Amino acid sequence: MVNLAVNIGSLKLKNPIITASGTFGYGYEYEDFFDISRLGGIVVKATTAEPRDGNPYPRLAETPSGMINAVGLQNKGVNYFVSEIYNKLEKIDTNIIANVSGSTVESCVEVARKMNELDHIAAIELNISCPNVKEGGMAFGTSVKESYRITASIRNVCSKPLIIKLSPNVTNIAEIAMSVESAGADAISLVNTFLAMAIDAEKQKPILSTITGGLSGPAIKPIALRMVWQVHKAVSIPIIGLGGIMNATDAVEFMLAGATAVQVGTANFINPAVTMDILKGLEDYATRHMIENISELTGALQL
Amino acid sequence: MKQIVDLTIIDTVKIGDAYSIIRCTSKDILPEMKPGQFASLKIENNPKVFLRRPFSIHDYDKTENTVAFLIKIVGEGSRTLTELKRGDTVNAVLPLGNSFHFDAKGKSLIVGGGCGIAPIYFLAKCMKEINADFDIIIGGRTCNDLLCLDNLSTLSTTFCATEDGSKGSKGFVTDIPALSNNLSQYGKIHCCGPEGMMKAIAKTAVANNVFCEASLENTMACGIGVCLCCVTKTVHGNECVCSKGPIFNVKELAW
Repeated sequence: MVNLAVNIGSLKLKNPIITASGTFGYGYEYEDFFDISRLGGIVVKATTAEPRDGNPYPRLAETPSGMINAVGLQNKGVNYFVSEIYNKLEKIDTNIIANVSGSTVESCVEVARKMNELDHIAAIELNISCPNVKEGGMAFGTSVKESYRITASIRNVCSKPLIIKLSPNVTNIAEIAMSVESAGADAISLVNTFLAMAIDAEKQKPILSTITGGLSGPAIKPIALRMVWQVHKAVSIPIIGLGGIMNATDAVEFMLAGATAVQVGTANFINPAVTMDILKGLEDYATRHMIENISELTGALQL
Repeated sequence: MKQIVDLTIIDTVKIGDAYSIIRCTSKDILPEMKPGQFASLKIENNPKVFLRRPFSIHDYDKTENTVAFLIKIVGEGSRTLTELKRGDTVNAVLPLGNSFHFDAKGKSLIVGGGCGIAPIYFLAKCMKEINADFDIIIGGRTCNDLLCLDNLSTLSTTFCATEDGSKGSKGFVTDIPALSNNLSQYGKIHCCGPEGMMKAIAKTAVANNVFCEASLENTMACGIGVCLCCVTKTVHGNECVCSKGPIFNVKELAW
């Protein structure tokens, strides 16, 4: 029997498989496919202080081994989340992680404060990396000073484990990671999507309404791995690795590079039950390599 | 309930150069499917295709445990699917989305344009089963785009129109008298086809105070309402075509 449990600071996960924000709704959308309480955690769709209608259609471009999205944080706002969605999440027997987003520090603080009051919210993931909003979002995550400032402000109102989701659209990811660590973050999740673009050559027009969007899928995996590795060497807080994880081998690679847990995102669109395949594969891998505790894999890359 | 199933191809029938109907079965009992719903099919062995592709349920036979898709070849994904042979498997997530709100009260009109005929056949079949009174109109650019005309004609009175006049009346479906000047005989209109066609029908329907619903087709990634990529503008804001639709009352759409 392999012990799959891992800890992200004080947050205890039954296994290292978490679903990524914006790719798994609020969890219950997947209940037809498998028992979602078997997941280590679910990061629910981003929540902002005010309702957001998101960007105009088209919001999606398929690219080689990936996709670019330009959703733009569409959600009904934190008050709707608290009154209409939260009660449905209370029944889910795993860690529900709220993803907090916004265009100003103040609005993120407001969302974090409200989420912090909800018992069944196990942790808060602060999104400082959305490439699809005009203000805020990625702007926080691409500046050492701004990422520190917003992390420290959220830390003040957040008594739950605080995870900061980093943007890969920076020259030095380790610098940003150290900055949020010193501002009081309990963990880091990386990476969010890469700023990207798709063009329809025949029409000579951009495919997305917003021209640029965020690239995800296996296309970004090697870069995401490199960033997890660099951050692992730079900080001592746990890392949740993500970026193009499609199967158990991908998950193992992220753990070897330094991740304590992983998030599965785009792969959920292609196989709604992929996380259960990954979980099974991870267990098989551990058995095959005579690993008793899956946490032994974290940073175990042999050089 | 939505399921992930491996379908086995029974046969693939080519219709001209641009369309194919693939009929599939499964070793397990297929979940109940309703007209207007769709499946998202996984495209294997083509590195150019990453995401699943959504297709309307063209036919579903509970007793035979079969499901069929009418596929228009538009790109790599659809082409790869139509190249599948008897015995090959295709992974599907189904059934997805809502369904047409049809009934046997009064007379209804079903309109399909081009590959928008895909869900129309299944709808007509189900309406026939409940003894509903309905007319069918189908349209296409040329006679090669008038899909399933013979099968539809066995279900009810079928009018057709082609843009080049190669079959039926020359022009658009909206030029057919049932739609252009005799619309109030219908209690409900169900349509699927190019957006321009559906908008024109919606306009006439709203003007005549006739209930009208349209099946939309937006580019989608997940098919279950979580990625929020396939949205259409409605009176309630942006809504996912895959989960709130694909069938919308035209009055709710920001057309």
